[in-house]
Amino acid sequence: MALARTIAEKHASRPGPLLPILHAIQDEFGFVPSFVVSVIAEVLNLSRAEIHGVITFYHFFRETAPGKKILYLCRAEACQAMGARKLERHVKEKLGVDYHETTSDGRFSLEPVYCLGNCACSPAVMIDDFVYGRVTPERFDLLVDEG
Amino acid sequence: MTEGKVKIFVPRETTARSLGSEDVALAIERVALDRGESVTLVRNGSRGLFWLEPLVEVEIGGVRHAYGPISADEVSDLFNAGFLTGAKHAKSLGPTEDLPYLSDQSRLTFARAGITDPLSLDDYRVHGGYEGLENAIKLDCDEIVNIVTESGLRGRGGAAFPTGIKWRTVLTADGEQKYVTCNADEGDSGTFADRLIMESDPFVLIEGMTIAGIAVNATEGYIYLRAEYPLAIEIMNQAIQTAELAGLLGDDVMGSGKIFRLEVREAAGAYICGEETAMLESLEGKRGVIRYRPPLPAIKGLFGAPTIVNNVITLASVPIILARGSDCYKEYGSGRSRGTLTAQLAGNVKRGGLVEIGFGRTLREIVEGFGGGTATGRPIRAIQAGGPLGAYVHPSQFDAPLDYEAFSEIGAMIGHGGLVVFDDSVDMGEQARFAMEFCAIESCGKCTPCRIGSVRGVEVIDRILSGVDESANLALLRELCDTMVIGSLCALGGMAPFPVLSVMNYFPEDLRARKPQ
Repeated sequence: MALARTIAEKHASRPGPLLPILHAIQDEFGFVPSFVVSVIAEVLNLSRAEIHGVITFYHFFRETAPGKKILYLCRAEACQAMGARKLERHVKEKLGVDYHETTSDGRFSLEPVYCLGNCACSPAVMIDDFVYGRVTPERFDLLVDEG
Repeated sequence: MTEGKVKIFVPRETTARSLGSEDVALAIERVALDRGESVTLVRNGSRGLFWLEPLVEVEIGGVRHAYGPISADEVSDLFNAGFLTGAKHAKSLGPTEDLPYLSDQSRLTFARAGITDPLSLDDYRVHGGYEGLENAIKLDCDEIVNIVTESGLRGRGGAAFPTGIKWRTVLTADGEQKYVTCNADEGDSGTFADRLIMESDPFVLIEGMTIAGIAVNATEGYIYLRAEYPLAIEIMNQAIQTAELAGLLGDDVMGSGKIFRLEVREAAGAYICGEETAMLESLEGKRGVIRYRPPLPAIKGLFGAPTIVNNVITLASVPIILARGSDCYKEYGSGRSRGTLTAQLAGNVKRGGLVEIGFGRTLREIVEGFGGGTATGRPIRAIQAGGPLGAYVHPSQFDAPLDYEAFSEIGAMIGHGGLVVFDDSVDMGEQARFAMEFCAIESCGKCTPCRIGSVRGVEVIDRILSGVDESANLALLRELCDTMVIGSLCALGGMAPFPVLSVMNYFPEDLRARKPQ
């Protein structure tokens, strides 16, 4: 709670501070815990509804703790042209989860993403901050098994 | 650098890294150390010849020789073959600049991409960087805006609005505080030009924005950069810091007495924030819900102040225009589309990458000439041009020239220049369905045609594909598309039907009841 307040106060004087605050919170906690809503609302003098509205509008902000790593699977057209639909079925079966879920061993959270800008070497997957290109089901298994 | 040391270049750029360039760089350092070879490893950006990544270059006598694609386990082999002296190897490609894919291009905006160390300001200046700003600070605002107007530069984000006219509006608008914002929320599938320039030549964007700021008396700039591009965020932030320390940003830009501060703002994964008014809302810390226009952002934009909103490539094209003059830029192109198009070859294509050429070449020349056809070797069935809201172009239309007006005559759009190639295994019915599904996921929810229409669109297409009242539902789908096109507030709902309509018009055989398996 105190940490969330410190983060919010640090950015509060910037113009349009809410997104930078939410990013900093998510960097710190791995997600945006519900208790920060009232803290940010108080620091920025906004309603809790406004803060909640912003958090839920953006796909990138998550309200629950992720697994150890977040796996972003690209679902967009350039990847579709290179077999992303097949990869998608494989990934869900291999990890035993659907989108927005975390594997039972807590290693991976699976999220869909619409373009990683790696469209000349599709399909693409991002694990935390690192993008992998030309991901076949076999290459995917290697990435997950070693990681 | 010690004399006699050989310079080796290995890209530090997302696509090259996604194919193993970090491992290649490590292997080169390790093998060089083992062999007692004295080398300097430069982590350049990428030249955008992505099918050759990781592309390793060796500089010999001032000429760079290319080897690619190289994997980490081939590095010892390269040393054994004598690549430090430019010797032949199964993967040698000869002098990089002589590769036809590169030599057939007109690299203006991307002149330095892959050549320089993106984080070296010295490198940038040695290769012509900051000549544009040097000229700009000697001119008054009117003169700068005139040069940009005369160059014919139009918005490269997709809308193709004349940049100079937008700047003129901001310059003449009333307001103490004005802003320059850069839309780097490159969400269109099949596009990577913004990311490539930010990772490979970040100073060119900084310089372009600084010129924009000086041209319209704006003292603050924001780059709204997608969260999906962590490396671009890191590189842009470092470059901004370097420019600040060198007095090229801040309270006295290049000793001119002018103020321009620049900041990266991280986006948060909403496609709609690529729409300019939604981006402004997001920068203000709100939900990315679009605004009614008018007022235009140029009059009433960020925090209600006159604001330039330009795409990355638009702003990154400004320095060369100020450095070489508007005539030099205008020489390229065709019709009312002046300068260069940064086409991005993506999807199922043999030689994917960035192709910067004057407007006016045909789609076929680019996709077959540069791209070499599909990666799978099968015939091309369709090309989606201009992102997820762009039409699927049928092979009978491939001879259309790529200029804004000519391309819109065939019912397609150039947009941000993304070209996604599909082979004949594609199911165009699924592609039509995805266009509506994507719109439903990404709609900001403000207007009904987009918010509800896209959901209904998915349902109607599902009914068609499952054989329920096929002809009635096809008629309904066309009506729904019309409603969305005419009734939506912004381009998301207004254009999401275009790929659907292109499938109905050119690939009708795929949008009908499926035979039971």
